[in-house]
Amino acid sequence: MKAKFLVPLLLFFGLAGFLAFGLTLNPREVPSPLIDKPAPDFSLARLDQPEQTFSLKEMQGEVWLLNVWASWCVACREEHPVLVRMAQQKLVPIVGLNYKEVRGDGAINARGMALETETGMAIERARTWLKDLGNPYVLSVLDIDGRVGIDFGVYGVPETFLIDRQGRIRYKHIGPITPDALQNVLMPKVEELRRAG
Amino acid sequence: MIPELGHFALILALVLSLVQAVVPLVGAHRNSSALMGVGRPAAQGQFFFILFSYVCLTWAFIQSDFSVQLAASNSHSATPLMYKITGVWGNHEGSLLLWAMSLSLWTVAVTVFSRHLPDAFLARVLGVLGWVSAGFISFTLVTSNPFDRLLPAVAEGRDLNPLLQDPGMIIHPPLLYMGYVGFSVAFAFAIAALMSGRLDAAWARWSRPWTTVAWVFLTAGIAVGSGWAYYELGWGGWWFWDPVENASFMPWLLGTALIHSLAVTEKRGAFRSWTVLLAIGAFSLSLLGTFLVRSGVLTSVHAFATDPKRGLYILALLVIVIGCSLFLYAMRAPRLAGGGSFGFVSRETALLGNNVLLTVASASVLLGTLYPLFLDALNLGKISVGPPYFEAVFVPLMTPVVVLMMFGPFLRWKDDDLAAAVRKVAPAFIASVLIGFGTAWAVDHVTWRTVLGLALSAWVVLASIQLLVVRLKERAGASAGSRLRSITASWWGMWLAHFGVGIFIIGVTLVGSLDQNIDVKMKEGQRAELAGYTFLFRGALDADGPNYDAARGIIELSRDGRALGTLTPEKRVYRAQGMPMTEASLDIGVFRDVYVTLGEQLPDGAWIVSLYYKPFISWIWMGCLLMGLGGVFAASDRRYRRLAAREATAGAGQRAAASA
Repeated sequence: MKAKFLVPLLLFFGLAGFLAFGLTLNPREVPSPLIDKPAPDFSLARLDQPEQTFSLKEMQGEVWLLNVWASWCVACREEHPVLVRMAQQKLVPIVGLNYKEVRGDGAINARGMALETETGMAIERARTWLKDLGNPYVLSVLDIDGRVGIDFGVYGVPETFLIDRQGRIRYKHIGPITPDALQNVLMPKVEELRRAG
Repeated sequence: MIPELGHFALILALVLSLVQAVVPLVGAHRNSSALMGVGRPAAQGQFFFILFSYVCLTWAFIQSDFSVQLAASNSHSATPLMYKITGVWGNHEGSLLLWAMSLSLWTVAVTVFSRHLPDAFLARVLGVLGWVSAGFISFTLVTSNPFDRLLPAVAEGRDLNPLLQDPGMIIHPPLLYMGYVGFSVAFAFAIAALMSGRLDAAWARWSRPWTTVAWVFLTAGIAVGSGWAYYELGWGGWWFWDPVENASFMPWLLGTALIHSLAVTEKRGAFRSWTVLLAIGAFSLSLLGTFLVRSGVLTSVHAFATDPKRGLYILALLVIVIGCSLFLYAMRAPRLAGGGSFGFVSRETALLGNNVLLTVASASVLLGTLYPLFLDALNLGKISVGPPYFEAVFVPLMTPVVVLMMFGPFLRWKDDDLAAAVRKVAPAFIASVLIGFGTAWAVDHVTWRTVLGLALSAWVVLASIQLLVVRLKERAGASAGSRLRSITASWWGMWLAHFGVGIFIIGVTLVGSLDQNIDVKMKEGQRAELAGYTFLFRGALDADGPNYDAARGIIELSRDGRALGTLTPEKRVYRAQGMPMTEASLDIGVFRDVYVTLGEQLPDGAWIVSLYYKPFISWIWMGCLLMGLGGVFAASDRRYRRLAAREATAGAGQRAAASA
């Protein structure tokens, strides 16, 4: 066996090594430009009391989570029990951002629907969901048209933002929170922020 | 019930593929014709069961059986029937099944059309294909079962990605897969030849039509995909150097090199170890492409859900298949030295030069595609590599390829006189350079890129004409008709494919240099002008489809007061996923396309409309069509069939003698 004929094999093994390493990376882990920046401020109607609004100031001084959800989102259904358990154990306050409850649902044609009708429908649907599956949220707000979602750079539901005492976004979790992610990623970060003051 | 039958059929297909992988190889080793004979029925039975399994899955889609997870995530009861059927491969699991099915189809084709091959050789080919097939079917069953149930069933499915609900998507994936997977035949022939030590002209001749047909499929698949991206993505671009596009382009480049290398091996017996390496390489790049697309290692517009288990499985498959074949190559290739010797100035040299350049081009695409991964792995940061890199690398590599491509056919095999050959083509070459400058100046766009592109295409066209004239003059005294008839199909194939490259370059150069586009805000009754065309906006109306809501703009196109037709771009929202889509509307012409997309509606009722003028863009696909047609001609050369028939009788005679 001459050495030069082994070259292709060796090159390939080098490549395979890189590919194996590539599998350990997550290309979807797009660094959000909002990390460590102040969370975009908003003022939205509350789900429980639609005549009142909620804004970021009310959570100042707390380390908390902003969880983006919707009743049409299948992955949210998977995530929900984890959130409920978190609430029962009082791990960290969670505010729900109900995202495009009506117009995000493909089964409904919301084009041309009056805003009041859409809001009424959203409240009804979102409340039913929380009644059926439990309400883990301190409160939820209604992002009917998804504008706040755009400010936060939401590109899929569910997503969860970790916000510190000063109102800065410190971490973004994409996709459903799994018990594993909660224990190994999210809670250590929460603890760290609480210690930091 | 039907999905379970499909699942069961797929398991049976796996069992048969293992039989096909093991028994014929053992038979070839022991020289037992009974064992070798198992390969053919095993391969055909395997195809039957995969096909059955595929039909079962399609049935679940057609029936909107949303208790099947895959149908629930990729179909909808209101989806048109055509897209229910194509939705089967518009996802990870289904497209793997399609992969396995096309591999099986190629294998069956080998069993049908290669009856003339020596038994032991055919047995080895089928054995190798059996291993690849077993790898992919088990991958499907273990990590990506398309028949997984969703219990309780959902009432409505999530529908197929709207981008894929398009006629282009009906044929693009099957063509591409037939091409990708088709290189497995050339690969299996090469491995079988390495095993038996029989790497001769006969082996090259057997491989050639298979390789060419696979290459034709791949060419067509890439062209259709690029056409789809052009009109469906609504950006007016036709190639984006996206990792998934690159994944199909790399095997194409290496496959092109392989076709030419096989020609030399068949005609002159040279380059044998190089040809084998290319055969292994082309298929390896197909596998690598599958890995890149399916593992989610790289992100792209084609990004699929990432599951590390899948990535690991397919990487293991990759390491086993490619590792084993390259090891076998390292063992056997040193014995392959020799073959026809040739002088420095000869057709062999020209072909070798182009093969090396194509290989380097393929490697540079690989480097660009994987570079972000390399940097990330070495902790040097996250970057992305875009079109500027690929264009900077590609143009200098392809320029000599095109020059040599037309020079090579003027050279004689084995040895030629450089001065004489140069004298032959010098007029065409000089004329091309002048035409390049002249045309660029005439269209008022003198940049080095435009001049180079135009000069290269002029060179291809002029040299092609000259080549044809020389060929026709060869048989002096014969009538014109008999001269034309004396040209073989494979020569026409070469001529057409090379000519197609010239047409392709014209398209790429002119659309790159001269295209124009503007975004305008238009209200009903307003006009806009672009490149001499007038666009009159007649407003937008509702145009809902079966599974989407849409607004359709009505734009009247005219030039110099002459009406050219009505363009109807649409803005659609697909209901199941709430996904907005733009449907471009095109006025297609031989020398230019006019391309219009409808954007957002503004609060004051006006619409944003994007207008594009794309000169000569059709020539890109015409060029690809000619290349593909060239491949068809080359593969249909009578020579293969005649030799096949002769060898079949000879083989039968031998068998009869052996059994007597």
